[in-house]
Amino acid sequence: MELFTNQVLAGIATGAIYACMALAVVMIYQAIDHLNFAQGEMAMFSTFISWQLMQWGIPYWAAFVLTLALSFVGGIAIERILFKPLAKAPILTNVAGFIALFAIINSSAGLIWDFTIKQYPTPFGSAPFLGSQLISTHQAGMIGVTVLLLLGLYFFFQYTKIGLAMRAAASVPESARLVGINTSWMIALGWGMASAIGSIAGMLIAPVVFLEPNMMGGVLIYGFAAAVLGGLTSPFGAVVGGFLVGVFENLAGTYIPGVGNELKLPIALALIISVLVVKPAGLFGRHIVKRV
Amino acid sequence: MTTLLNVKDLRAYYGQVQALHGLSFSLSEGSLTTLLGANGAGKTTTLRAICNMVRSTGGIEFDGKPLNHRSTESIVRFGIAHVPQGRGTFTTMTVEENLQLGAITRKDNAGIISDIERMYAHFPVLKQRHTQQAGTLSGGEQQMLAVARALMLRPRLMLLDEPSFGLAPLVVRDLFRILGKINREDKVSILVVEQNAQLALELADHAYVIETGRIVMSGNAKDIANNEEIRKSYLGY
Repeated sequence: MELFTNQVLAGIATGAIYACMALAVVMIYQAIDHLNFAQGEMAMFSTFISWQLMQWGIPYWAAFVLTLALSFVGGIAIERILFKPLAKAPILTNVAGFIALFAIINSSAGLIWDFTIKQYPTPFGSAPFLGSQLISTHQAGMIGVTVLLLLGLYFFFQYTKIGLAMRAAASVPESARLVGINTSWMIALGWGMASAIGSIAGMLIAPVVFLEPNMMGGVLIYGFAAAVLGGLTSPFGAVVGGFLVGVFENLAGTYIPGVGNELKLPIALALIISVLVVKPAGLFGRHIVKRV
Repeated sequence: MTTLLNVKDLRAYYGQVQALHGLSFSLSEGSLTTLLGANGAGKTTTLRAICNMVRSTGGIEFDGKPLNHRSTESIVRFGIAHVPQGRGTFTTMTVEENLQLGAITRKDNAGIISDIERMYAHFPVLKQRHTQQAGTLSGGEQQMLAVARALMLRPRLMLLDEPSFGLAPLVVRDLFRILGKINREDKVSILVVEQNAQLALELADHAYVIETGRIVMSGNAKDIANNEEIRKSYLGY
């Protein structure tokens, strides 16, 4: 039983990271109808920035907040420079844009900070949490920060004017313009927020996977899986999907014989495919009916 | 009466296809004007051109200020509320959120709250359903919501695109009665595009008839309604 609880809690901790990545992906998907393949690389680059700031002697939390702000601005810049001009371009042009962005960020990080694996600090330590062997303080910190983030986002989208405007712009852009919302800036804002959320995920997972330019590859695949599982049209679903994927991944690795660490990823993806066969819009997604 | 909206030699294009061929009309402050015409005559395009949702040339002046080349979202800030064809409901949001969105450019929070109550007084059904997702409303209720959303801007001019479309005759009567009331009591000028000419002429004080992107007839709504020749040749009733 202790093993089970331990695995579930560890799953929730990594699931929190998947939830953040899934949420970032869904925010951009809602705004521009494309999957951002470079979301993980953006998060990785942000994490490197925070590491660099700490190398320069800035304390952890100051670096954390500074990185959030820089990532926010960086996300907006990427949208303005690269994706705003592509807004009316065909899907494949956009896909090419995302792949280019992926490659550019990945190589730039390698060029600036090289490809050697680096230690990344945790502000929470890695002692047993509250004296319990079930979960470490860092894992508890991952869950705690994510929960705070999710509450903050919920409040923002539900109770602020700008959050309402962003939701409106994503759901019916034409009507949003007709009530006076600048939808183009709402998209840019969505990119900024997605980039900042991704940077939180990167900074939280870096002590676990270590810092290097390819650190987010696996994480982003789980993030995508979580988003698709929960439904790409539902931010709530993406978060639930993230936690589900995290827990399932751990339980499958522990209890299904022969799976272990190596086969965790395919097993998780197999689960997602089976869910999608039954519910193609994901667990919480809406079917989009388009008039032609 | 002063002229609120003045449209001169308006030409609009969908890609290479020209939809409006030099259309001119005006609307005086406080009036309820209707644009009539058959399917494809260019009624919707005219409204879309006013809000810069379609490429156009020519002069569009609102209260003496040119609207050309301004973005759709900035034209709203002049006090022009557009209820588009198909109502443009934010279907995944609640009725109340739809109303709040109508006032999203306004800063006076107290005024917004009291205006929401005013809308509930105009349209009691919206109050009953204020926490419900707007997409679950019936067609008539969604049209009421669309009109209420537009009024939340406290507009000087409201553009309505086929408000009667797809609604039961009784619902249309009710809606038009409310539109008349809003026009008289709240001093909102209204430009309404309609295929249901008979009903629109009852409501409006002034009317224009469009045919293939040109104004072919204009005048007092009652005169047009009483002129059998015009009715038969242009309005088909």
